[in-house]
Amino acid sequence: MTLLIVENLNKNFGGVVAARDVSFSLAAGEMLAMIGPNGAGKSTSFNMVGGQLRPDSGRVMLEGQDITGLPPRAISRLGVGRSFQVAQTFLSMSVLENLQMALIAYAQRTRDMLARADALFRDEALELLDQLGMADAAARPMNTLAYGDVKRVELAIALAGKPRLLLMDEPTAGMAPGERAALMRLVAGIARRAAIGVLFTEHDMDAVFAHADRILVLVRGEIIAAGTPEEVRANPEVQRVYLGTSGLRAALRARAAAHG
Amino acid sequence: MSVEFSFLLVQALSGLASASSLFIIASGLTLVFGVTRIVNFAHGSFYMLGAYVAVTIVPWLLQIERSPTLFFIGVLISACVVGVLGVLMEILLLRRIYKVPELFQLLATFGVVLMVQDAVLHIWGPMDIAGPRAPGLRHGVMILDQRFPAYELFLICAGPVVLGLLWLLMHKTRFGILLRAATRDRDMVGALGVNQALLFTGTLFLGAFLAGLGGALQIPRVSASAQMDLSIITEAFVVTVIGGMGSIGGAFLAALLIGQLQAFGVLIFPKITLVLVFLLMALVLVVKPWGLLGRPEAAPASAMPEGIASPRRFRVFEKLLVALALLAAAMLPLFGDAYAVKVATEVLIFAIAAFSLNFLVGNGGIVSFGHAAYFGLGAYASGLLVTKLGMPMEPALIAAPLAGGFFAALFGFFIVRLQGIYLAMLTLAFAQIAYAVCFQWVEVTGGDNGIVGVWPSTWAASRIAYHYLVLAVAVLGIFALRHVIYAPFGASLRAARDSAPRAEAIGIDVRGHRWLGFTIAGAAAGLAGGLYAFSKGSIDPTLLGIPLSVDFLAMILLGGMQSVMGPVLGAAAFHSIKDVFMPLTDHWRFLLGASIIALVLIFPRGLGGAYASLRARFAGGAQ
Amino acid sequence: MAEAMLEVVGLRAGYGPAEVLFGVSLKLARGEVAALMGRNGAGKSTTLKAIMGLVPPRAGRVRFAGREIAGLPAFRIARLGLGYVPEDRRIFTDLTVAENLEVGRHAARGNAAWTPERLFEIFPNLAAMRGRRAAAMSGGEQQMLAIARTLMGNPEAVLLDEPSEGLAPFILELMAEAVLSMKREGIAVLLSEQNFDFAAAVADRAYVIERGEIRYDGSMAALEADPALRAQHLTL
Repeated sequence: MTLLIVENLNKNFGGVVAARDVSFSLAAGEMLAMIGPNGAGKSTSFNMVGGQLRPDSGRVMLEGQDITGLPPRAISRLGVGRSFQVAQTFLSMSVLENLQMALIAYAQRTRDMLARADALFRDEALELLDQLGMADAAARPMNTLAYGDVKRVELAIALAGKPRLLLMDEPTAGMAPGERAALMRLVAGIARRAAIGVLFTEHDMDAVFAHADRILVLVRGEIIAAGTPEEVRANPEVQRVYLGTSGLRAALRARAAAHG
Repeated sequence: MSVEFSFLLVQALSGLASASSLFIIASGLTLVFGVTRIVNFAHGSFYMLGAYVAVTIVPWLLQIERSPTLFFIGVLISACVVGVLGVLMEILLLRRIYKVPELFQLLATFGVVLMVQDAVLHIWGPMDIAGPRAPGLRHGVMILDQRFPAYELFLICAGPVVLGLLWLLMHKTRFGILLRAATRDRDMVGALGVNQALLFTGTLFLGAFLAGLGGALQIPRVSASAQMDLSIITEAFVVTVIGGMGSIGGAFLAALLIGQLQAFGVLIFPKITLVLVFLLMALVLVVKPWGLLGRPEAAPASAMPEGIASPRRFRVFEKLLVALALLAAAMLPLFGDAYAVKVATEVLIFAIAAFSLNFLVGNGGIVSFGHAAYFGLGAYASGLLVTKLGMPMEPALIAAPLAGGFFAALFGFFIVRLQGIYLAMLTLAFAQIAYAVCFQWVEVTGGDNGIVGVWPSTWAASRIAYHYLVLAVAVLGIFALRHVIYAPFGASLRAARDSAPRAEAIGIDVRGHRWLGFTIAGAAAGLAGGLYAFSKGSIDPTLLGIPLSVDFLAMILLGGMQSVMGPVLGAAAFHSIKDVFMPLTDHWRFLLGASIIALVLIFPRGLGGAYASLRARFAGGAQ
Repeated sequence: MAEAMLEVVGLRAGYGPAEVLFGVSLKLARGEVAALMGRNGAGKSTTLKAIMGLVPPRAGRVRFAGREIAGLPAFRIARLGLGYVPEDRRIFTDLTVAENLEVGRHAARGNAAWTPERLFEIFPNLAAMRGRRAAAMSGGEQQMLAIARTLMGNPEAVLLDEPSEGLAPFILELMAEAVLSMKREGIAVLLSEQNFDFAAAVADRAYVIERGEIRYDGSMAALEADPALRAQHLTL
């Protein structure tokens, strides 16, 4: 069964089209990248799947269940984890406590006033950190971590909810060049092993072409191309968007000549 | 019928007159907020200073000649004097706090309020000073068959004239155009080569000038008095919040609405006009969270929050400290005199209140500027049950947290929908509603005088017995609340404070949790209020007032918002200092205000922070 | 190379814990147009913001007109004659066209002062809407206004962040001409760009930035003439 089906999502902001008839699907264990110029509507489409934005029309189906317009916390409980463009973690807590918090939320014990939070789910939290190679940093305060490590912890938090679908908004943005490939390899490995579907937006084309199974190209809120990395790379429309409008120089030369 | 109509007309006109005055004041407040993003509590002090300077200058000018021209020249000079004071405040204080969290900004400007209050008493004395009436505008005008003061008619015109002049200033001068541009995007204005510091100084001059003008124009109507700052500032807050903070047009609209609401509200619900005004504000904020003509604030960038980080368990040394403190509190009646016992009892009560406030502010990131409301409502619940229904102390004490919690749940339902400065303003507004009800509903609450005869049951009637009762309740209450901070619920509140999007994304209902947290803190404050009522034997509206809310904030600031037990220390230090120094000086408020400002500027992490860095140094040295 | 108007050496910057620039170095000669090219997220905008003092530089040097400007507040840098046009334009939407220009106005340093009238010669379509609120303008018009507003400060050099983004083709031509007229007036321009054709049409010099580091530094003509080089740095 297809994990995620997105049908004809539309969103306008005060007359500006941010998404027009966006449709795609995603299978379990698949990595689907969404690329496009700034302002193409990547984040809009992304946030409509994650529940941060409500679409004007269209449907989002997760394993056959309609999740359109549900609030983020409800979507999260249905097995959707996410990471944000600027990593969102709990900065006042330690790395371990971030994970414990995520596990407490997953267990729906956030209103518990009797237990000691720091004694709950320690082993599970350490195990998750271990998976991401962060076990050594467990005791460190979050705000002392390098940004690349913050991104890893965020990924661990998203995985704590045992997601079937992972939404990652620019997973490598803000990371040092060397760390990017490592993070993407990690994500791809986990996704394949646990059969988690991953939908991600990304600016770093190396990351996209190295790890995406399929790519969607958005321009002005519309999907102009979709397919495997090879297909997308060869698509003339995509080439035009990424390499600029030819003919401009000719027009300029003609004008310059006319002006003398 | 014509009587009916003319009466209504006159009522509407007096509504317009007060709307006009309110607008002149609020326009300055909203202007300053728009450009500097600081909510200036001291704006009410500027208004008061305007009135005081005017009652000093204008009569002197009128001795030269009783002419309307000299009257208005005097008013303008007063406004300019106040404008210069605004410039001083910008240069000396605001410049240093543009980047600090908004709670600190509010507290620092409130420190100025306290300092100005004492300065005014020192310069002009405690008596109200009546101003001269305006030459040429002393008569009444017949409107249909009703007499209407000419000066009120003048005021009705003054508001729109100020609006018009402001419009001209904002659209036809370079300064005004820069102000409007900075209100939208002050960093871009800087990138275009405009010196923001000068712009901000100019803005403060204009803002304080308008407040001073508003105050100076009032002198024919009301005497200058040392209480006029706080009453006007809450009204001005309400106007700016309803209108949309930063919007002058919105302030005008809101002032008109409120003027009419007060003028006609008085006819329908004479007792609860204040309540109507604040209800309007709550309603507007729920429907339009940014006010009528306001714009959404950009979400703040994620940064390390100011408040409790991962709470640490007590180590041996800290356990020892707590044991010593408890022992001292328990032994005090054995060697202290009655007065010391009384102070210690009050410290314990305030410790509960401060702890519960920091549960919100430090642990939840919910900056409440009206926490005294729940303290006071708890006190009133206990006091009324005992005096009006003849209940004994025990059930009345149980009712106190229930009342505090109930009203916290009621008000909190609206409050937790908002963020940042709007949230703080709404907590203030609800606190003022509660204050107004207790103040105005004289038959039940005894109004200003309150109610006496709130005595404990006989077994707890002695100072010492009551001290032990309070000690037991305080220890239980504080440790229960402390446990919640360590529990998953407390951690969830911190999580929601650190990053609401992340908290939602892992399945936490952020608003629901914040609401529950607000309710719990309100209940704890209510409990403290109940205990306080029985310790004093009386209740009165100051128990819900802004000054007490600020005292609580000063306690957690002094103790350190980022430390779990800091507020207890802060309450003890604050109340003891207050008790020792207040009788020794006539300028307690001035000292308090200066101390709050000093705390914000040089000691923002309080005693708890000092202890933490000492401990860190000690640990570092030991290794 | 002629005397450098602007010289950046080893610039590092970022936002909070996120690092974006890992040591950017570039030069802009007097009266030259240079294009800083790279993909989304490569660090183009951050480079310009860090030069302008809008993002505090964490390391490195920025010299402008012979003065060290790293660490100065943005308004001082602007007053030294370095103009900045942000990517998202940041037009004051409540203000009219004329008022937006007024905010940017600054006394001239030596050369002839820009006036709204002279600017309207370069941006003819702004002339007809002096009194219009900027909120009611199209994206292209806002972009032109943003440039005109910066020119009102009589800068000797301008940082232009993605001037072509989101513009219709015929506006793009106007924009390219505007950049060339700035050059004719002797203003040096450093523009960030993703549209290669636009950059090639206006720039003398090219930098390619990738993951916060400069990967290519050379003449625009060389980059244009070498498809292999271009493909290496700029294609998917």
